[in-house]
Amino acid sequence: MDLTARRRAFPALDQRAHGQRLAYLDAAATSLQPRVVIDAVVDAALHAAGNPGRGVHLLAEAASVALDDARHEVARFLGADADEVVFTSGTTASINLVADAWGRANLGPGDAVIATELEHHSNLVPWQRLCAERGAELRIAPVDEDGRIDLAALDALLDSKVKLVAVAHVSNVLGTIAPVAAIAARAHAVGARVLVDGAQAVAHLEIDVRALGCDFYAFSGHKLYGPPGTGVLWARRAILDAMPPWQVGGGMVARVDRAHARYREPPYRFEAGTPNTTGLIGLGAAIRFVRSLDRAAVAADEARVHAAIARAVQAADGTILGRPEVGVVSFALGRVHPHDVATIADQAGVALRSGHHCAEPIHHRHGVDASTRASIGCYSDDDDVAQLARALARVREVFG
Amino acid sequence: MSDDLYQALIVLHDRAPRHHGPLAGATHVATIDNPLCGDEITVRVILDGDRVQTIAFEGHGCALSRAAASMMSERAVGATTAELTALAARFAQFVQAPPDATEAPDAASDAALGDLVAFRGVRRARSRRTCATLPFRALLAALAR
Repeated sequence: MDLTARRRAFPALDQRAHGQRLAYLDAAATSLQPRVVIDAVVDAALHAAGNPGRGVHLLAEAASVALDDARHEVARFLGADADEVVFTSGTTASINLVADAWGRANLGPGDAVIATELEHHSNLVPWQRLCAERGAELRIAPVDEDGRIDLAALDALLDSKVKLVAVAHVSNVLGTIAPVAAIAARAHAVGARVLVDGAQAVAHLEIDVRALGCDFYAFSGHKLYGPPGTGVLWARRAILDAMPPWQVGGGMVARVDRAHARYREPPYRFEAGTPNTTGLIGLGAAIRFVRSLDRAAVAADEARVHAAIARAVQAADGTILGRPEVGVVSFALGRVHPHDVATIADQAGVALRSGHHCAEPIHHRHGVDASTRASIGCYSDDDDVAQLARALARVREVFG
Repeated sequence: MSDDLYQALIVLHDRAPRHHGPLAGATHVATIDNPLCGDEITVRVILDGDRVQTIAFEGHGCALSRAAASMMSERAVGATTAELTALAARFAQFVQAPPDATEAPDAASDAALGDLVAFRGVRRARSRRTCATLPFRALLAALAR
């Protein structure tokens, strides 16, 4: 599927935005869904309409089978085993699961957690709360001006008190790629676990959790061309085996009497309640779609469009935050507020994100409160960039 | 009145906001932020009885919130708290009206709003309404203290 064919696969691109061609440059917030995902969700609502794992009739059985297929699809995508794949509602839920279930069991007074300076709030606030509750210390690993994690500074923070290192695979603001394997090797050397927030990585990078050497990997379906309200927590089987449950209730118990419950094996132990069946089946379809693509060709197109966006921003005298490598370009346009940039761009049919992108600390690191962000997917093309360039010129016109 | 969001008047107030800066001896102060974007505004007022004698605002925000704060401050000087409460309500109603609302039903309100009618374009930019109303929320919070 070349770029033209990929664009045709996304029906949302057909609509007009304020009477203009839609240039959707907000994939890092949420990506559009291809027709095959939309169809899979509708089909699931019709034919996998029962409650998975909770019935013997036709529609319940169909739901169970389809959900199991989706789990295997995720496992193949990550280079993992299906029984290591926990379904959640998104990256935020996946990380909170680890903080609540693993964190409470493994972190005590005097222990420490390391998070980097560029983390999304969802990979920072759970650790702030956990550390405060457990009397543990939260250490922040700095990044340099380009947005690269300072490994020497990380080494200085790593000691035997550290139980977990939390790091974004790809920064949602700076678009930099973290050296996860190098971080994991360092963390493991002091006995710490490594959690990777893969939300911004899965749509752009090939993921192999074994090669990365991490212990937890979290991502959301809606940033991978899947439906919102779907997510994954991958963890090594031995870690899941030793982990107490997070939420408790139906579907995650083996036996219950009046006083006690015996929990099921992973991954079901961590999936209390009826799951988002249709959404997760849609996530499976999204991953099948991604796996059907020539990922090298997609990466080449994305690299070209990404570089063109950076040039368009510079041509408009914008200042790019950090040195982005993949997916996103965040920038400041003189003293014009990002909200005003995004609103004027919107009027020109260009969808941008403005604000702090749920990552305040890294904005403060760059001396700003907020930025404007353009982000791309497998459907982004050169026309999107040309439209962005015109929109930025219009911003300059309005604000002089 | 055109529906353009960035009216010349708004851009003008954004560039050179009135009553922008610190204010010593304020009798009423409130700081409010917009969790959507992290914008923040502090409004300081010196009340003389029930009437605003002096007002100033500080903080960081977009063109819409700065211009709204500037225009609001111009209107606030010499106004009573009751008048400002009414103005805030009228402005909130104005920006929340449907984009194609006709002039007639709210013509009287429009006249009372004065320069603030420049914010008519916000009706089409639903997510930006809170930017325009943020300064008024801060003013009301300050006056309530």
